[in-house]
Amino acid sequence: MSDLSQLIFGRLSWAAIPLHEPILIATFLGVALGGLAMLAAVTRYRLWTPLWRDWICSIDHKKIGIMYMVLGLVMLMRGFADAVMMRLQQAVAFGGDAGFLPPHHYDQIFTAHGVIMIFFVAMPLVTGFMNFVVPLQIGARDVAFPFLNNFSFWMTVGGAALLMVSLFVGEFATTGWLAYPPLSGILQSPTVGVDYYLWSLQVAGVGTTLSGINLIATIVKMRAPGMSLMKMPVFTWTALCTNVLIVVSFPVLTATLTLLTLDRYAGTNFFTTELGGNAMMYVNLIWIWGHPEVYILILPAFGIFSEVVSTFSRKRLFGYASMVYATAAITILSYLVWLHHFFTMGSGASVNAFFGITTMIISIPTGAKIFNWLFTMYRGRIDFDVPMLWTVGFMITFVIGGMTGVLLAVPAADFVLHNSLFLIAHFHNVIIGGVLFGIFAGINYWFPKAFGFRLDAFWGKASFWCWFVGFWLAFAPLYVLGLMGVTRRMSQFDDPSLKIWFEIAALGAGLVAIGIACFVVQIAVSIRNREKLRDTTGDIWDGRTLEWSTSSPPPAYNFAFTPVVHSLDAWHDMKQRGARRPLTGFKPIHMPRNTAAGFIISMLATALGFALVWRMWLPAGVLFALTIGAAIRHTFNYDRDFHIPADEVRSTEDERTRALAAA
Amino acid sequence: MSSTTMNATGAAPVFYDDGDHHPQQGTLLGFWLYLMSDLLIFAILFATYAVLGRSYAAGPSGADLFDLKLVAVNTGLLLVSSITYGMAMIAMQHGRKASVLRWLAVTGVLGLGFLSLELYEFAHLIHEGASPQRSAFLSSFFTLVGTHGLHVAFGCIWLFTLMTQVRRHGLTRENKRRLVCLSMFWHFLDVVWIAVFTFVYLMGVLQ
Amino acid sequence: MSAVSAADHHDHDHHDDIGYHATVKGYVVGFLLSVVLTAIPFWLVMGKVSTPAATGFIVLGFAAVQMLVHMVYFLHLNAKVEGGWSMLALLFTAALVVIVLAGSVWVMYHLNTNMMPMAPHDMRSMP
Repeated sequence: MSDLSQLIFGRLSWAAIPLHEPILIATFLGVALGGLAMLAAVTRYRLWTPLWRDWICSIDHKKIGIMYMVLGLVMLMRGFADAVMMRLQQAVAFGGDAGFLPPHHYDQIFTAHGVIMIFFVAMPLVTGFMNFVVPLQIGARDVAFPFLNNFSFWMTVGGAALLMVSLFVGEFATTGWLAYPPLSGILQSPTVGVDYYLWSLQVAGVGTTLSGINLIATIVKMRAPGMSLMKMPVFTWTALCTNVLIVVSFPVLTATLTLLTLDRYAGTNFFTTELGGNAMMYVNLIWIWGHPEVYILILPAFGIFSEVVSTFSRKRLFGYASMVYATAAITILSYLVWLHHFFTMGSGASVNAFFGITTMIISIPTGAKIFNWLFTMYRGRIDFDVPMLWTVGFMITFVIGGMTGVLLAVPAADFVLHNSLFLIAHFHNVIIGGVLFGIFAGINYWFPKAFGFRLDAFWGKASFWCWFVGFWLAFAPLYVLGLMGVTRRMSQFDDPSLKIWFEIAALGAGLVAIGIACFVVQIAVSIRNREKLRDTTGDIWDGRTLEWSTSSPPPAYNFAFTPVVHSLDAWHDMKQRGARRPLTGFKPIHMPRNTAAGFIISMLATALGFALVWRMWLPAGVLFALTIGAAIRHTFNYDRDFHIPADEVRSTEDERTRALAAA
Repeated sequence: MSSTTMNATGAAPVFYDDGDHHPQQGTLLGFWLYLMSDLLIFAILFATYAVLGRSYAAGPSGADLFDLKLVAVNTGLLLVSSITYGMAMIAMQHGRKASVLRWLAVTGVLGLGFLSLELYEFAHLIHEGASPQRSAFLSSFFTLVGTHGLHVAFGCIWLFTLMTQVRRHGLTRENKRRLVCLSMFWHFLDVVWIAVFTFVYLMGVLQ
Repeated sequence: MSAVSAADHHDHDHHDDIGYHATVKGYVVGFLLSVVLTAIPFWLVMGKVSTPAATGFIVLGFAAVQMLVHMVYFLHLNAKVEGGWSMLALLFTAALVVIVLAGSVWVMYHLNTNMMPMAPHDMRSMP
């Protein structure tokens, strides 16, 4: 009987619940209360049916894009909470004071912070943008594989869910966000923490890889007639290159994590310290993925900035062709620099020199882009609305961060600065200044398109200034500390002269917290004032690309008639040349059907991940069979599309005609 | 279909199509892209084998273990299965459903034969003490060859599922697309196998 | 089924654009070439016909050629399939595979030399 109970429950027991950790208990109570309140609200306002039918089962790229944004922003709160805890701990734990976070807990926090911010904040947010915007920009009605899109989203949610569950059931990894062996091996990390890490990322990774395939096929095959590659909007170009990077880099992560998983579960010897294992190979492989990953994060942001700069400067983007070539160059070069993440591991001068040089070379195309943006702004009639503020903030912040990167590219310098707080300051500088600022620019830019009303400008500017000043207050001290030799991931310090720097950094984190609060207030105020902020024309910024030719929000089918493209900045071209929206001749529109299959298969896969974490072999076997079975069953469903009748299209378009006339 | 550019008489350009635009089918390209991602997974496994493949940890090496005759038979099975699938594709082009099903069945049997032999080989190695846990070389060997085998196994499941669907619905547009995708998958696995028998087995015995 | 026929109706005029037309002859030629390109390497190795180094090179060469045979005769890959995107995707991926393989071997060789003082041939006897 106990053998059976072992097969069913594996390592899971009541001891997995961390009753002895007051911070976690308090967090759990907060989450439980908040969660119950939300469930009650959904029930009270009778939203279960629309939630299921119109959102969970939706294969509409616009809805899926919005859901990615919600996921990313929710996880931003969790990741930022981790950051605040680290800043507080590091501001107080000096001399004999051990602070409030023992090392075992602190280590989980910095690990979770990294994993969340990269995989469950930045990736979903850029994916959300690409999902929402790209089909509209290319004049298409959806992505190439709408069902796969839904499935990819729910797999990403599943990965996030596994990570969140680790907070209350068991624990998380203490290895840092890349989980280097031998620390992450079964001998040095015998508990479930690393297993949560592995399965969370494997589940989410499937979603990401499939999403990459989806968007490449969409951009290659579904562009409107006349839209050649060199007439695509720059954001679509960066989306194409990003998704190429996804398809050719995420398999590397999948394979490498699988090898670590085999070491932990099957006793293989890939990265062990004996029987021939080589932990350095893990570091090599994980960074072959890791470097393209950071370009996956930044390229969409560059695309957003290109769109924002040209729109708010009321000018065509300067140097379109060079932007495209620069993006392509970055895509290829990103595969030639990965060793700069481990100069100090001992590969020697010739190898280090090669990768140091390639790392410096890769900064050049990015520099070209900065100049192109500046030249676009030059002699433009600039409107410093919120998206443009974020863009200017990016230019200052990111360029400085990039420069510290070039500094680190010199192997000799890196030997001093590797794994110091200087490194931490550098990558936060480029990720926050580049990716996050781009995301906020994009949110303010495309929110009206998605929801039909713009965001409040006052709170948007407040949020920007808090973030901008707060970021510099939080991270400039880290550059100083790093140059003084302070190592990363430390939970306690001996030297009291360092304390002041950490206190300034904590202040900066506090200011960022206010910035986040301003953002939440911005959303709330905008919803409350939505009639005043209404976007009636669909073209609130006098935009240049095709998404601005639709209503805000666009109808389910995006375009009643597919646009025919003649030039770059297709919508601007159409406006210049007096294009008239067709008012008659509507035909039925072929659309894919919503389905629950993506959600169901993902949730089964997530449950399978949980079972594998706890080595519950019997449930795992059953769930594996069910997951495969559900996927196969879905392939037997041939009834996947329907037509929107011409009458319905006509009445939707007539309503728009009326709205445009009234505007 | 729809006019795209200003015509020669300089008449007003067309900015919207007439409602008959249909985007191109992306399934075959999408599946090819998936195969490219799979190629990278195998590349990592090959890289791992290249780096760790001589770490015998005082245990057996490839020369000690590999039975090239068995590998030759397996290679033959997979190669013949590629041509039998090819025959299925030709039957599909001619719309001959029963012939398609017969050729698919033969392909499936050959695939299962490949898997059985491979399982036998693995069981035999483990029985001799050459288990995946013995050394980094053996870990890489079992993972690389095993991953290929897993792909063949999934290919067989897919093949038998598709046979059911073709039997039930016939050679519809959708089923033909799926048959083409499986064909790409099946041949891709044979390409990977060329690399496996060359780098792992033949080069392994040569040392 | 009616839902499928709706989709069928629209694109029946550009018939299944898979970019190639398979023939029995193509598959048979590919098969025979593959058999030869497989048999010779196996014979070279099993028969210990030449030195390990020379055999190694020849065997690798045959593998490369056979992969091309499979690509052309079985996968029907050419520059026209999917408007050239299939070929482009393959070339790009192949380039990255080369970088990953060569790069990893190069990097790991240097790391092992500098950081693991046991020479590789001694690893054989190391537990």
